[in-house]
Amino acid sequence: MDSLLHVTTVLSVVLLAMVLISVRRAHIRVEYSVSWLLAAGAMLLLSLSRPALEAIRRWTGVPDTPLTLFLMAGTVFLVMFFRFSIIISHLRDDNVALAQRVAMLEYRLRSLEQE
Amino acid sequence: MPLDQRAKGGGAVKRASGPDALLVIVPALNEEGAIGEVVRQIRQHVPGAPVLVIDDCSDDGTIAVARAAGADVLPLAHHLGLGGCVQAGYKLAYELGFEYVIRVDGDGQHDAGDIPAILERLKSTGCEMVIGSRFVEENGSTTGMVRGLGIRFFRMVLRPILGKAVRDPTSGFVGVNRRALEVFSRSFPLEYPEIEALVVLQRRRFHFEEVPVKMHARAAGKSSITARKSLYYIAHVLLGVFVNILKYDGRPRPRDGG
Repeated sequence: MDSLLHVTTVLSVVLLAMVLISVRRAHIRVEYSVSWLLAAGAMLLLSLSRPALEAIRRWTGVPDTPLTLFLMAGTVFLVMFFRFSIIISHLRDDNVALAQRVAMLEYRLRSLEQE
Repeated sequence: MPLDQRAKGGGAVKRASGPDALLVIVPALNEEGAIGEVVRQIRQHVPGAPVLVIDDCSDDGTIAVARAAGADVLPLAHHLGLGGCVQAGYKLAYELGFEYVIRVDGDGQHDAGDIPAILERLKSTGCEMVIGSRFVEENGSTTGMVRGLGIRFFRMVLRPILGKAVRDPTSGFVGVNRRALEVFSRSFPLEYPEIEALVVLQRRRFHFEEVPVKMHARAAGKSSITARKSLYYIAHVLLGVFVNILKYDGRPRPRDGG
């Protein structure tokens, strides 16, 4: 159990570092890094605070502490993926609309030039 | 493709010239082998109607061949897929005030000689969409086995949804009037649009009809739909149909949202 918590602690720290480095290098925009930082922070806190993890395990009725940790992590990341799917869908819609608008504006510009 | 290269040559479709103005749109992707003859055939059968080829970012000579054949070209800045490509044509036609738009595929499968019949049916019935169908009358048109099974499957699925039978739900040879144009310029499926477009129309209580048309084998090039992709097509369209049935239209959309 302890070694598992050590592993998740290290993974959380690595994730935090990766996100911060990516934000600093402008690979991830700040608004999209918040979800990752919150998820990594929550994982880190749970890994470091065994009583909190035990309390959640008792509250949820999950029979096993490591399983509780992985269920929580899985849930958090599923919510994040869902959120990003919504964002990507909006971006795709906007992208298509923009590409069509650019094509139509170019087209009208050329029509005006020909008149 | 650089902007200056795309802007060279070709005429421009002007604002609609009358209350019954027709625009023929031809979505095309890498169809340099077929597009010239497609445009010439359209101009021969409907000489007064402007022809607009919407180029979905071809990397061959589609644009040049289309312009040389007498079409105007709307070149998209990047690849959008068939639905995004067709919708760009609908949007432009709507903004330019056209009353009717008929879509003809750029691969030479559709017979331009059938365009007048589609237009006549649009005008005489007042329905929002007319589908050029291979199966209204026996005319020798054939489809592959997988596509044939898909068509039968979607006939069954669509029958209760649309409230009437549709014989050729995957046909891309369609004409629409301005009411449908207004709807499609705001909301149109991005991939495999034909079947989902019928559901979009049904949600607005619009009507469609089918007229018999001939279809030929592709004049050049290869179809992008392989047997494996057909299964993906069926799953994708099926999901799209049910999503369109359940669709919530209250979500704020971009002004030109697809």
